[in-house]
Amino acid sequence: MGRATSRIAAWRGRLLAWAERTLPALTRLRRPEALPILLDRRRIYVLPTGYGLVFALLTAVMLTGALNYGNNPALLLTCLLGGACFVSVFVGFRALSGLRLVQVRARACHAGEAMPVELVFAADGRDRLGLRLSAEAAETVFAADRDRAAATVLAVPTRERGWFRPGRVRVSSSFPLGMFTVWSWINPDASLLVYPRPEADPPPLPRAGDRQDGRLAGSAEDEPAGLRDYREHDPPRRIAWRASARHATLLVRDHERQGGTAVVLDYHAVAGLDHEARIGRLTAWVLMAEAAGEAYALAVPGRTIGPALGAGHRAECLRALALLPAA
Amino acid sequence: MSTAAETGPRPDTRQFDLLCLSVAVALLPHLARLPLWLGPPLLLLVGLRCWLRRRGRFAVSSWLRVPLAGLLLLLVIVEYGNVFGRAPGAALACGLLALKLLETERIRDARVVVGFAAFVLMSALLFNQSLAMTLALCAALVVPLATLVLLQPSMAGRPRAVGTAFRTGGLLLLAGLPAALAAFVLTPRLSTPLWGSPGWDEQARIGLNESMQPGSMTDLLVDDTPAMRVYFDAAPPPPAEQYFRAIVLWDFDGATWTRGETRAYLRPEPVEDLRSVHTYQVVIEPSGRHWVPALDVPLDAPDQTRLSSDHTLASYAPIAQPREFRLRSAARYRLAPTLTSAERTRALAYPAAFNPRALALAATWRRQGLDEAAIVQTTLALFNAGFTYTLAPPLLGRDSIDEFLFDTRAGYCEHFSSAFVFLMRSAGIPARVVTGYQGGWWNPVGDYLLVRHSDAHAWAEVWLSGRGWVRVDPTAAVSPQRVQQGAAATNRGLDWFGGEFLRELRNQFDSVNRLWTTAVIQFNALRQSQMLGRFGFPDLAPEHLLGLLVGAIVVLLGAATYWTLRSGRRARGDALDAGWNRLRERFARAGVTISPQQGPLDFGAAVRRRWPQPGAAFEQLLARYVALRYGGEPSAEQIRAFRREAGKLRVPSDV
Repeated sequence: MGRATSRIAAWRGRLLAWAERTLPALTRLRRPEALPILLDRRRIYVLPTGYGLVFALLTAVMLTGALNYGNNPALLLTCLLGGACFVSVFVGFRALSGLRLVQVRARACHAGEAMPVELVFAADGRDRLGLRLSAEAAETVFAADRDRAAATVLAVPTRERGWFRPGRVRVSSSFPLGMFTVWSWINPDASLLVYPRPEADPPPLPRAGDRQDGRLAGSAEDEPAGLRDYREHDPPRRIAWRASARHATLLVRDHERQGGTAVVLDYHAVAGLDHEARIGRLTAWVLMAEAAGEAYALAVPGRTIGPALGAGHRAECLRALALLPAA
Repeated sequence: MSTAAETGPRPDTRQFDLLCLSVAVALLPHLARLPLWLGPPLLLLVGLRCWLRRRGRFAVSSWLRVPLAGLLLLLVIVEYGNVFGRAPGAALACGLLALKLLETERIRDARVVVGFAAFVLMSALLFNQSLAMTLALCAALVVPLATLVLLQPSMAGRPRAVGTAFRTGGLLLLAGLPAALAAFVLTPRLSTPLWGSPGWDEQARIGLNESMQPGSMTDLLVDDTPAMRVYFDAAPPPPAEQYFRAIVLWDFDGATWTRGETRAYLRPEPVEDLRSVHTYQVVIEPSGRHWVPALDVPLDAPDQTRLSSDHTLASYAPIAQPREFRLRSAARYRLAPTLTSAERTRALAYPAAFNPRALALAATWRRQGLDEAAIVQTTLALFNAGFTYTLAPPLLGRDSIDEFLFDTRAGYCEHFSSAFVFLMRSAGIPARVVTGYQGGWWNPVGDYLLVRHSDAHAWAEVWLSGRGWVRVDPTAAVSPQRVQQGAAATNRGLDWFGGEFLRELRNQFDSVNRLWTTAVIQFNALRQSQMLGRFGFPDLAPEHLLGLLVGAIVVLLGAATYWTLRSGRRARGDALDAGWNRLRERFARAGVTISPQQGPLDFGAAVRRRWPQPGAAFEQLLARYVALRYGGEPSAEQIRAFRREAGKLRVPSDV
């Protein structure tokens, strides 16, 4: 049983490979395309499903039975059923035809995670039900309503840091009866950023004193120049309560001007590791420093970022790390 | 349980409810025909499963399902004798469908159940081909189709999904109608069945029995379904002469009248002195029996039938489909002026051990020296004096004729004819029982006589020297309106509701039924070739028919494809561009072309390079296009106006 299935799978694989070589448009060898991508008849394909074939067989049995008994009403019923199935292929085609992929966006993730790629489709004046998106290992099901953009999230696995293209995605539908599957391959030209994979068990953050120039952190409490007005999302423990008490508004200690307290995450200071491992450790440290709420600076070859703290700073650091050229 | 059944998403409550509805809809049309131990329990099972699943009880253990399946098989074999054939097969399919629902827990399985339900739904038509049933079942197809739609991914949890599913299913049925009708008309019909005889299972036979005993016709007499329709070439005979003989019963064993041993080698009894001969056509509804009821007395046998010695017609094959026969009958005749001694002996035989009182009565008549005609008159007068006609007579015991004649004195045609023939024989007059139909309802719209099963009747024939076999209807002596006005007039007492109105309605509706029978049910290979011949395709072989069918499907495919693709570009902007492109093409023919990526302003520049003064109309049109194209969504009216102007614009010429 298992051997038979594996042999069938092998045959299927070979057949697919042959089909891709001979009919690149039919299968997935489609070049990346700029958005928006409109699905039209030149790129929509139709085949009956396994269920459709079984149902056809059943209809044939019903037809034979009706003919054998010379029973015209039964024949009429069978023909009606067959007719409905027959036209369902056109309804299925309409579910896909005219669908437009208008936007691809994603929240950045770390290599090795599944990236939630959001694809936004415009339905162009028609309700489209029973749509299915599938990439290599991910699949999602959605419907596009006629007057609204339909966003659906496909969790695409990532492997490496850097720019990432979601690759070829199969848009398909077996609407309305599941007897035919209608499909099209889309390969949107979208570049999404994948952050490096953080080291699994990193050593603690280097202390501020480790910085080469030896500047020590002083107490910022009494430095009026190190204070600024409170902004949303500032961590509460940065609030200078004593200084705030003398003002009408809350004041927070400002790292930019603080100097000396920042942790410096230096690519060159991480010794004894290869290029990618260093990037992995720095990535882990960025996350740790951000979680700990300590201001940090990142020094990578040719560039130093910070010191600072916050989502924007973290994103900038991670982006720099993600885009470091391979060694 | 296969491993595949363990995978895949589960249907949600709405999806499963609709699935249960599909199964119930498939079982319902079988309900009237299935035995009582099977039909209602199956529906109950479906309801129970639906209810339990709503309460969170999902899987039904195979410890329960396997014994149930075994029990089903056993009961079907006990009931029908085997599992093959139409009736046991359909019963088994109904049972398996309900059992399959028990184990269905995945979308995948649910879709299989829907396919199976469609099959069971169709099989109901193998038993009942009426117009109402066919229409109801064709309409019911929308339920399995809607279920398939609802089982699609993304339908779970969608608001108003059930409505969408039903709408989609209904539209699919309507859109598939042309293809369905083409396939129905053009599918080659089989001239001989592929397997089995599409005949009748013993249980399914309807209509007159080969034997008669008091009470055997009760079911028939309340059956209002059509038995046959009769089309007379000239004026129909008056109601009192509308006797359709089907079976002659010779032998009586004290309880039951039977045909006795058949004498196929005997020639039909001679008929003399024929007057008022009717030629007519009968269309007999399927009965599973051989009888062809013919107006008293049929003169010759049409193709595929045999006229037996007692002038009854029988078809060679059981009547499984509506069949037509052209017949000729004489209303005035002399049947068998001479009687052979064998026939005389047979027509006088009676069991002496039964009915002593009746025998004694006949003996007194003989002693009084009454002649044959007087004995017949006396008996009819006896019936007329103190007997009542009723379809619900008291039950009779061993000496059934005695009890009927002297005690209960109530009954219907069977009782009267049986007692009459017994009295005649015991009085020494050759007599026999004839069963068939009497009367019917004259349909003035279709000019035909509709004979229902409830018009079944039994009468007597006595042989009188010099006159041959003479029809005597003892029931007419008791209840003349039974013969004058038909069965409906005498059966009225049975209606516990105002049935007369309904019956009238059904009579009117029979014209539609007749059309249905001739146009659809009887659409066989012959009719098919006749119809196609009228459209210019005479004498088509099955393979040519298939070719025609493929052609029709290709045409429909093309139409559907056109509709599908055309509806893709109905957006307004495209209408605007279509007008613009036409304008550009006209200029291109005059030699002004722009490349696809160039816009309208480039086009204007190109035109001006060719003709420095293209004219105010051109400039206006160009500005208008730019305004419409890039100035927001144009209205349909603006687009029409632009296209009109663009059509009017003249391309400048060099001359």
